[in-house]
Amino acid sequence: MCLGIPGQVKEIYEAGGVRMGIVDFAGITKEVCLAYVPEITIGDYTIVHVGFAITQLDEDSAQESLRLFAEMGVLQEELNATA
Amino acid sequence: MNEFSNADFSNWTCPLPLRSYPTIVMGHGGGGKLSAELVEHLFAPAFRSAALDALGDAAVVAPPAGRLAYSTDSFVVRPLFFPGGNIGALAVNGTVNDLAMMGARPLYLTVGMILEEGLPLAHLGVIVAAMATAARTAGVQIVAGDTKVVDKGHGDGIYINTSGIGVIPADVQIAPDQARPGDVVIVSGEIGLHGVTILSVREGLEFGAPLESDCAALNGLVAAMLAASCDIHVLRDPTRGGVAATLNEIASASRVGVTYEERKLPVPPAVAAACDMLGMDPVYIANEGKLVAIVAPNAADAVLEAMQRHPLGVKATVIGRITEQHPGMVVARTGIGGSRVVDMQIGEQLPRIC
Amino acid sequence: MKYLDEFRNPELAQRLFDEIRSVTTRPWAIMEVCGGQTHSIIRNGIDQLLPVEIELIHGPGCPVCVTPLELIDKALAIASRPTVIFCSFGDMLRVPGSTKDLFRVKSEGNDVRIVYSPLDAVKLAQANPTREVVFFGIGFETTAPANALAVHQAKRLGLRNFSMLVSHVLVPPAITAILESPTNRVQAFLAAGHVCSVMGTWEYEPLVERYRVPIVVTGFEPLDVLEGIRRTVLQLERGEAQLENAYTRAVNRAGNLPAQQMLADVFEVTDRGWRGIGVIPNSGWRLRDVYRDFDAETRFAVQNIHTEESALCHSGEVLRGLLKPNQCPAFGKECTPRTPLGATMVSSEGACAAYYQYGRFAQSEDGAVL
Repeated sequence: MCLGIPGQVKEIYEAGGVRMGIVDFAGITKEVCLAYVPEITIGDYTIVHVGFAITQLDEDSAQESLRLFAEMGVLQEELNATA
Repeated sequence: MNEFSNADFSNWTCPLPLRSYPTIVMGHGGGGKLSAELVEHLFAPAFRSAALDALGDAAVVAPPAGRLAYSTDSFVVRPLFFPGGNIGALAVNGTVNDLAMMGARPLYLTVGMILEEGLPLAHLGVIVAAMATAARTAGVQIVAGDTKVVDKGHGDGIYINTSGIGVIPADVQIAPDQARPGDVVIVSGEIGLHGVTILSVREGLEFGAPLESDCAALNGLVAAMLAASCDIHVLRDPTRGGVAATLNEIASASRVGVTYEERKLPVPPAVAAACDMLGMDPVYIANEGKLVAIVAPNAADAVLEAMQRHPLGVKATVIGRITEQHPGMVVARTGIGGSRVVDMQIGEQLPRIC
Repeated sequence: MKYLDEFRNPELAQRLFDEIRSVTTRPWAIMEVCGGQTHSIIRNGIDQLLPVEIELIHGPGCPVCVTPLELIDKALAIASRPTVIFCSFGDMLRVPGSTKDLFRVKSEGNDVRIVYSPLDAVKLAQANPTREVVFFGIGFETTAPANALAVHQAKRLGLRNFSMLVSHVLVPPAITAILESPTNRVQAFLAAGHVCSVMGTWEYEPLVERYRVPIVVTGFEPLDVLEGIRRTVLQLERGEAQLENAYTRAVNRAGNLPAQQMLADVFEVTDRGWRGIGVIPNSGWRLRDVYRDFDAETRFAVQNIHTEESALCHSGEVLRGLLKPNQCPAFGKECTPRTPLGATMVSSEGACAAYYQYGRFAQSEDGAVL
């Protein structure tokens, strides 16, 4: 129920009393409501669902997850190689 | 769109009678003086063909001998103007492409227009100019036309119908039912550009996209392909419904299965991003300047090379094969190595939140 | 796209498949709650590549599938009124009501518009002061903050021509209902990643406590789904029952506090009917009294709705994992994507539509194991 994709905040402004911004998704730019991410700043990544930023993306966590996936199976491969 | 605010009336012969009517009125479709002025001062100078200039009730043409391909299509796109083109360019290129997909050399086009009362003449001018340019680029003549006007509120600005005739070379046998197991599936270039461009300017969705419609006439590309080999079995342009619809149509008509690799589909990053944002799949998105070719395996290399040497086929890619398995069904190998059936979309693909 | 493409890496996916294979020794039934996860599983063909012992049961995590029939019928009635501009997310357009769907209502000449964000509907209301703008406010907890802000904004702007037809549903009560069912087969859950971005993960701690089932908060890209499955299987194999967060880049224990504050301001908990399942107590949100003016159900007082679910439709059992789509007598016959009897055949992540898609292929591959 939750199509949410990561984008980078490019601009922040107020419109109609609501915190809004422009978020960039690989060249596609969309106006997004930033009311729920009051701490976010330009350059940060956020997950956007129905035109709303619902959370800031934790870039360190993302890198850590990828690192763990990359290490998976490596030990087994090494064991197989020496077997 | 600002193009029409800069429309240059001075290039039209004796524009004065038209300039006194800034918008289309019912009289322009009435067959009387106003209609004649539209033809004489707008359509005829723009389309510039001998048949049209003769102003007979019907065009008289003398096509070369051979089988004729004959096609018609109507264009109702909204918005009328979009990055990379407008409804006029679409209307000419769309029919030229339908003919080219039969391997035919397109020759003559007719144009029927239904104009809504109130359509600014400047808009019409830009559309007609685009049609003229597209026809010239494709090497076709616009030989007959018709204009009607409907009451304000009864048309979306303008609807255009085009029909076209082309001649098919004797040694060409291209049809949707000609695909055979073992054939190679080639896409002529990047997909999703037209559909995503239209979405990006659609009310309620609007998003910034560094994209343009790929609207283009493909007959030159097809000619280059046929020069490389006659062993081309099927050609189709993946318009509404995208590559998925086209592959399904071919699978069904030829009673064969189609497989392709998702990773091989040439999808530009901005198209992929827009699709990810809206929850849509690029394989269902319309293209207006691309073709899918089903080619005999021994001819595939030569045809691919010929495509890549042509400006409209630079990014041509082999994406899959025709198989005798699962006849009528299109199966994709997903990015991570799974499989999924790629059915025809039921109706238009819609953005989703789920 | 950054932070998306990396999580679709085929080599890393292969490693995760291998890992899952190496730890699986027994059959397990795991339910993914979120429709977005179901979509990803089907879209990427994950189901077929998992060891045959792992059964993924597609849960009721799709608002399209579970929005009560009565509410769909109310939406259709409101959308059919000439003064109304009816706005909806694309997903809802083809969901069958008792006799038709929003698409048909649109084709009959009514003003039905697809919007990307609920704020677009608010803008429409500002731009069309003589028309009634109604927004179909469906969704789980992920979408509720957006809908809440739209209503909050409409009130702040003093808009008199904006209202929302609300049908929000909550995940934890759904999980509870499934676990409480005497015929339950689900042994572990992949919790919905973006729901948890909003609500946090703490709501699931009591569920793990009480029912002793593993719950792993999972994302949506192939690597995320596989990692969620891997951790779940590990727990099951070890006889553990913990709450784990496998989507740390977007989820933390507390969740999004500003969003939760807005939710508390605008909505209150209520009983909700889930299509095909029935009423689950305290499983939904409705507008608070202070926002009653913006409630489309009150504003339009829709009466005389004759709601009738197809007698042939078994969506409810499918949603609860009690029936496989191809075990339904109507599957592929009276009920196909073109002629859907229930929402699970309409939605792109409905279990029935999913089976129709790749189930036929699997059959044609001479009984290859699905």
